[in-house]
Amino acid sequence: MNPVNDLITPLLRLGDSALIQGQRLCEWCGRAPVLEEELALMNVGLDLVGQARNWLDYAAELLADGRDADHLAFRRDERAYRNLLLVEQPNGDFAVTLLKQFFYDAWHLETLKGLSQSADERMAGIAAKALKEVTYHLRRSSEWVERLGDGTEESHQRMLQAIPRLWRFTGELVEQHATEIELHRAGLRADPAQVAEAWRASVESLFARATLPVPEAPSHFYLDARRGLHTEHLGPLLAEMQFLPRAYPDAVW
Amino acid sequence: MYAQLVDTGVKRITPLAEMSEQERTFQEKIDSEIKIEAKNWMPDAYRQTLIRQISQHAHSEIVGMLPEGNWVTRAPTLKRKLQLMAKIQDEAGHGLYLYSAMETLGADRDEEIAKLHSGRAKYSSIFNYPTLNWADMGAVGWLVDGAAIVNQVVLQRTSYGPYARAMVRICKEESFHQRQGYEILLTMMREGNQAQRDMVQDAIDRLWWPALMMFGPSDEHSPNSAQSMAWKIKRQSNDELRQRFIDQTIPQLELLGCTCPDPELKWNAERGHYDFGQIQWQEFYEVLKGNGPCNQERLETRRKAIDDGAWVRAAAVAHAQKKANKNAA
Repeated sequence: MNPVNDLITPLLRLGDSALIQGQRLCEWCGRAPVLEEELALMNVGLDLVGQARNWLDYAAELLADGRDADHLAFRRDERAYRNLLLVEQPNGDFAVTLLKQFFYDAWHLETLKGLSQSADERMAGIAAKALKEVTYHLRRSSEWVERLGDGTEESHQRMLQAIPRLWRFTGELVEQHATEIELHRAGLRADPAQVAEAWRASVESLFARATLPVPEAPSHFYLDARRGLHTEHLGPLLAEMQFLPRAYPDAVW
Repeated sequence: MYAQLVDTGVKRITPLAEMSEQERTFQEKIDSEIKIEAKNWMPDAYRQTLIRQISQHAHSEIVGMLPEGNWVTRAPTLKRKLQLMAKIQDEAGHGLYLYSAMETLGADRDEEIAKLHSGRAKYSSIFNYPTLNWADMGAVGWLVDGAAIVNQVVLQRTSYGPYARAMVRICKEESFHQRQGYEILLTMMREGNQAQRDMVQDAIDRLWWPALMMFGPSDEHSPNSAQSMAWKIKRQSNDELRQRFIDQTIPQLELLGCTCPDPELKWNAERGHYDFGQIQWQEFYEVLKGNGPCNQERLETRRKAIDDGAWVRAAAVAHAQKKANKNAA
């Protein structure tokens, strides 16, 4: 194992996922169902983009090839992005947005808990800070999934429709990847088995409260964000997010 | 001003001698700078004027999220994106404070929002202009928040306590936004390339006059001002505030190295103020009437947000009811 190179992919996975999830939340600006949610959606997005910056700063330092966090965020193509497929999915309605947030938060919290114990001090520090924010994110998204699942007939139906739209992207949250198991053994990341177990437990207990059925484990999906194999949603998202730095490569903002 | 044209519903100001006992006590309290609080008696016209003004102000914060929301997904660096997100979040928070202040007067938030969506209530004319380049995010912060601050600093002394206190909190955050906006422009002018400097000048050219219109009609065409001044809801006239804004902003414009899109702008040593050209009042009234560049889109977006979100709000209410029933059982 090469500890520096091996850390880059997990760092990009964390940073890119937080950034793309934050970007999706920005799309809600001015369009939330109630004023309090304008605040909450932007607040969660702000936390995540802040975390993305911390992870990408660190990744850029380890890469040491002259790129900085902005360069990583705004100049990489979709084939170089390492975010979870889940977070690049379109917002859909409020049910899809909040269910996606919950699936991500539940994974994120466990992942950060593991990382906050990482043998890599810098990683542990960033994770510990993010953990406080994500604890709040998970509480909030869980509450909404429960409200919508166990609300009105319409909200229940919308949640039932949101589940199959997102469920197939949850496989990557629980799969046991060989390199990640290696990293865990080296004390550099959370135990994937533990993340998977905790994730399933939190989905099962919340879905029970929200009167929602837990589907069978999703089947293999033939895409792999670890290798930059994304859905078709990421390209247009990046085209919008990156256009200014791409159009004016020598600009200082 | 975030609330530019507020009808007081009063044709002439009643002299003290013609007032009832209650009205006189109220006016004397105003005259001796004692704040009016929610439970105090107040003339109905005072109450209604404040509801109109504070709701207009609150609506402006919410509609004002849209021109910036237009760029939040396209901000060019992580730092700028974070700043813009924080600013938009603050604005939603200001909307919340203001609706709460308005509700102390007995108004209902949902009813006032319904008035906005049906075109019966207004919001600041400035948010009907499109944001067309990234420098607009700087210019909105510097000019638009700058104009808002000149208005709001005075409103910290407005006669209605809950409104005055909301202004104190809001002003702190607005000043921060204004500095941030100016810093965006300064960075583009000093460290940027020619294309970026052109963006800055273009943003100023488009937003300068609309920012001046934020102070409302000139004093001679401001029929409701006298009553608002007598009630000390307003503390200074539209033209006074506009002049103050111009005087303090021109040196900042010069420091940027930009020009003002007003050929008549000139320092007047005798007055100790800048003279400036004619505002296009026709445009101002048309924009307020709904005929500005983005009026339709802004209202459509807001209406759609509330309409599309109806099932979410219904679900929250239904779920809370279920929980309450369970707890009672």
